[in-house]
Amino acid sequence: MDIPPIESGAGMKIAVCAKVVPEQARRIDPETKRLDRSGEQTLNPFDANAVEEALRLKGDDAGAEVVLVSLGPERSLDALRKALAMGADRVVLVADEAAAGSDLVASSYALAQVLEREGADLILFGQQANDSDGAVMWAAVADRLRRPLISQVAELTVSDGTLRGKRQTEFGYDVIEAPLPVAVAVSDAINEPRYPSLKGIMGAKKKPQQTLSLSDLGVDADRAGEAGSRTEVYAIGEPPPRGETQRIDDDGTGAEKIVEFLLERKAL
Amino acid sequence: MSTLVFLEHHEGELQKDSLGVLGKAAQLGDDVSALIAGSGVEGLAAQAARFGASKVYLADDPALAAPLPQPRVDVAADLIRRHGFDTVLFGATVLTADVAAGLAARLDAGLNWDLVELTQENGKLVGKRPALDDTVYVDVGWKSEPRLALIRTGTFEPVESGGEAGVEQVDVQLQDFSTLATMVEQAHEESEGPSIEEADVIVAGGRGLGGPENFALIEELAKALGGAVAATRAVVDAGWYPYSAQVGQTGKTVSPRLYVALGISGAIQHKVGMQGSNVIVAINKDPNAPIFEYADLGVVGDLHQIVPKLTELVNAKNAAHFPRG
Repeated sequence: MDIPPIESGAGMKIAVCAKVVPEQARRIDPETKRLDRSGEQTLNPFDANAVEEALRLKGDDAGAEVVLVSLGPERSLDALRKALAMGADRVVLVADEAAAGSDLVASSYALAQVLEREGADLILFGQQANDSDGAVMWAAVADRLRRPLISQVAELTVSDGTLRGKRQTEFGYDVIEAPLPVAVAVSDAINEPRYPSLKGIMGAKKKPQQTLSLSDLGVDADRAGEAGSRTEVYAIGEPPPRGETQRIDDDGTGAEKIVEFLLERKAL
Repeated sequence: MSTLVFLEHHEGELQKDSLGVLGKAAQLGDDVSALIAGSGVEGLAAQAARFGASKVYLADDPALAAPLPQPRVDVAADLIRRHGFDTVLFGATVLTADVAAGLAARLDAGLNWDLVELTQENGKLVGKRPALDDTVYVDVGWKSEPRLALIRTGTFEPVESGGEAGVEQVDVQLQDFSTLATMVEQAHEESEGPSIEEADVIVAGGRGLGGPENFALIEELAKALGGAVAATRAVVDAGWYPYSAQVGQTGKTVSPRLYVALGISGAIQHKVGMQGSNVIVAINKDPNAPIFEYADLGVVGDLHQIVPKLTELVNAKNAAHFPRG
């Protein structure tokens, strides 16, 4: 008997790799030379685009599942619940002291171990982490999982087990296809993430939230954290001096002030 | 130090950023090899030699015709393992970022990205990476070899040294999963438009405009200032404005006399495309927008209120300069 073609998203299992980042007042701790993560935390805004795209693909298909996968301290669960409130089904968080300070090599290894267990048809990433400006994790994870990869996707469709993505490069627009299972990084232009509804927020706490340690995943301590990392930070310094900048708050005379400034700088 | 520089090419030309990185590698003072991967790329070897490569490895295979990252990871990983390069450098682009990160996983090698400088300090390679919206500069390094680095767009200028290089063809052996992604359509420019690269004045709009209809505000101001209209990647990808008008990492690099940024947060991807502008004026309602870090004049406010008034004032000035009748 012929198997009917898979419609967009039908029964699909989608994993979204998400990062929890400091909400504001970002600083680097001069002691540890790591980003200070002691303040309020939030879901990396670029990952909300990946969550939204996963939810769009799932639609109202009860057979499809959206699972959030993240690395970070236990308290990251608070911020990850935003994705559950948006509609994601569950969270798997790798929380382990020994994973703190992981670089690309160490993080991608741990993530790949979780994703291997989850066995998703589609692994989605946001376009960058807004704390480290990293925009490469997907390529490392795809290589570890030996899966095809499409990055910077601004338009995405799935049909008959094939994903088609349109993305922008330095030279124009590419259209790339790959069979499932596939790793995809989406651009922040792909959608407008929904706001969680009150019902969604209320329901989020009851959704499954699993915490795993490195040993649960079979990750040796020497492949995680600083021990498993191949890069290091030597020093934190000041940026080079730049020309004078001035900033004003518009009090209704903003336009006049711009004209004055342009005349002063002979730019008009 | 034995360095390999991955050279990106498009339509038969090696890319300027790739050549800039090649020049920097040669300046760090050692034998620099280059890898050119593609189909029918033999003719590019001589250009690589002129810009600093003392050896060029050619991976020339129809399977490498489309600029997709995973087959390039296979080729580069084989080459690095065989020759034991301790340093592998890339000018950062959409393609090379994916190649570099794939290699990091494949070789368990450290990757530092967004570097704006590379120096040797007591025999140790040190990279400089601006962080937190360029408000701090971090000195970064590697704990093992090979050391992988992505260099920020526009960082190093190519230096033509006019040398010659030995050329060697390399075997192309691809992993099964590396060829699953296929290019259906490549480098298609969505629509034509006026060139912004020569414009003396540019008025650019970002997502803060709120919607495509508000580009009218920008067009009117640009007309009053005698300038061209530009846009950010976010609004181009969203279909608000044509790709030909895009400024930034994956768009045009411009350096007009005056650059007016409206509703643009000014993330690094945008900054690298316009930081050479002589005077930068920004209007944004978010006082924390990174653009205020480098705009000569930043106005925190509602562009929908300020811009129509600004257009009116500029038009009035123009009328005063060129009185009618």
